[in-house]
Amino acid sequence: MSRVDIIGIAYLFASLTFIVGLRLLSSPVTARQGNRVAAVGMAVAIIATLFQPGMSNYVLIGIAVVIGAAIGTGSARGVKMTAMPQMVAIFNGMGGGAAALVAALEFIHQTNGGSIEAPRAATIALGAAIGAVSFAGSVIAFAKLQELMRGSMFVRQAKYLNGLLVLVIVALGIALVVSSSQWILLVLLIVALLLGLALVVPIGGADMPVVISLMNSLTGIAVALAGFVQNNELLIVSGALVGASGTLLTQLMAKAMNRPLSNVLFGGMGAAPSAAGLELPAGATVREISVDDAAVLMSYSQRVVIVPGYGLAVAQAQHQVRELSDILGERGVQVKYAIHPVAGRMPGHMNVLLAEADVPYSQVQEMDAINGEFPSTDVVLVVGANDITNPGARDDPGSAIYGMPILNVDYAQHVIVLKRSMRPGFAGIDNVLYYNSKTAMLFGDAKESLQKLVAASKAVSMPGSARKEPEAVKA
Amino acid sequence: MTEILLGAYVFILAIVVGFEVIGRVPSMLHTPLMSGTNAIHGVVLVGAILVCGQAHTTLTRIIGFVAVLLGALNVFGGFVVSDRMLLMFRARPGGRT
Repeated sequence: MSRVDIIGIAYLFASLTFIVGLRLLSSPVTARQGNRVAAVGMAVAIIATLFQPGMSNYVLIGIAVVIGAAIGTGSARGVKMTAMPQMVAIFNGMGGGAAALVAALEFIHQTNGGSIEAPRAATIALGAAIGAVSFAGSVIAFAKLQELMRGSMFVRQAKYLNGLLVLVIVALGIALVVSSSQWILLVLLIVALLLGLALVVPIGGADMPVVISLMNSLTGIAVALAGFVQNNELLIVSGALVGASGTLLTQLMAKAMNRPLSNVLFGGMGAAPSAAGLELPAGATVREISVDDAAVLMSYSQRVVIVPGYGLAVAQAQHQVRELSDILGERGVQVKYAIHPVAGRMPGHMNVLLAEADVPYSQVQEMDAINGEFPSTDVVLVVGANDITNPGARDDPGSAIYGMPILNVDYAQHVIVLKRSMRPGFAGIDNVLYYNSKTAMLFGDAKESLQKLVAASKAVSMPGSARKEPEAVKA
Repeated sequence: MTEILLGAYVFILAIVVGFEVIGRVPSMLHTPLMSGTNAIHGVVLVGAILVCGQAHTTLTRIIGFVAVLLGALNVFGGFVVSDRMLLMFRARPGGRT
């Protein structure tokens, strides 16, 4: 058996570990093991690659790997769980950039001053373009999530610009196939970077779950294309797996927002609806509630549902929310968490935060599972979530988010909303929930409010405890 | 051309396997899934090492160096982040209070 065959077997082994690793992700019990299985396969593949015939520049490769490993491991160890979306975005961008450079370098090697076959040149053009789009798009997504870049700059002409850039890239790709010119490849890479910028810059924070999923998928495809260029089945298999995963998640997220992908990418949210567009019931007012009243209300409930949103992540209040649910649990209150698919900034974002705070899985429910339970729920506590609880999305065809599935929190007996201020959510539309007579607002930083609620709930004495509380409190 | 055809064969089968396997991942593990697949596409490091190892000019060495660096960042960062995240999920098999 030749050396190349042995390396090929190592690659085959690595491909298998990736599939097995993903398979083990189907349960939280085996998930960590799955990640480690894949890591072992990756190590085998990387070491095997060093034995490829005709290799040189080992020192250069060694230095690059050591630097990359140090920065990657260091930042991965230090990052807070609340900052996970931007971490995933930036690593994704690195992969996309690497794939684009691999395609470009293969082009230089394979043309070597002459020309190459058309299918190969076309594959290179596509791989380089997709990798560069993913790189630039992911870096912008990172900047937005890290709040280095603010807001959703709404560019009305964005779709024309993006369409134009795509056409330019196609034209450059054809030119590359015909001419095999390195300069054209360089221009193509630059235009693809611009497209990545133009795609993500206008997209707002709440659409990030879709964007991150899409970028993940693009990097996967770029890696698979690099595999085609290099005739490397390991890259093709891995890229296809990631592409499939990213595509599934993108579809899932877009569906959970009831917006086709094209609308997220090119549509913006339409013109910001005017305040007049909101039909409030006559005489609707916003009612505030004190910390003590809220604590009493929840302590005397039978069933409380907590709805976490991005605000929970921003305030890093996952431990406080867990503490509150523990105290309520000790009081005999049944506490559950309701998770909307697009709550937070990436798929499953809220689950990670709740897992960090050691919230039992049995308490955490998906939207479809819990929506039927709201009518028999005494109190819903909304922590930093807005659009996903807006009844307008269900009832008001004029609403900008009409049709998006929501958590039906307004079906519960009482709703307490922890919110910083009355500022509207991402969609820029007012939430009719806040004007509902069942709803009471508790303004302030989510973490501080929760801490106060925890203290106040501890102080609430229950029937049967030493200090008798007047009956009237319950009302 | 046949090589590209063979690649397409592998690509399509892997996509089918990918949809099958990933469809079973529960939504609560979607962030680790994303970060785990993120680490897996770090396999581009293998491709980067290959092209860097064949570089003979200053320009190609620089491009190769950057490609390997980005790939290594992706692989190491991706796996470490996923591991940290999954450690929290693994802690409670049944759901202790």
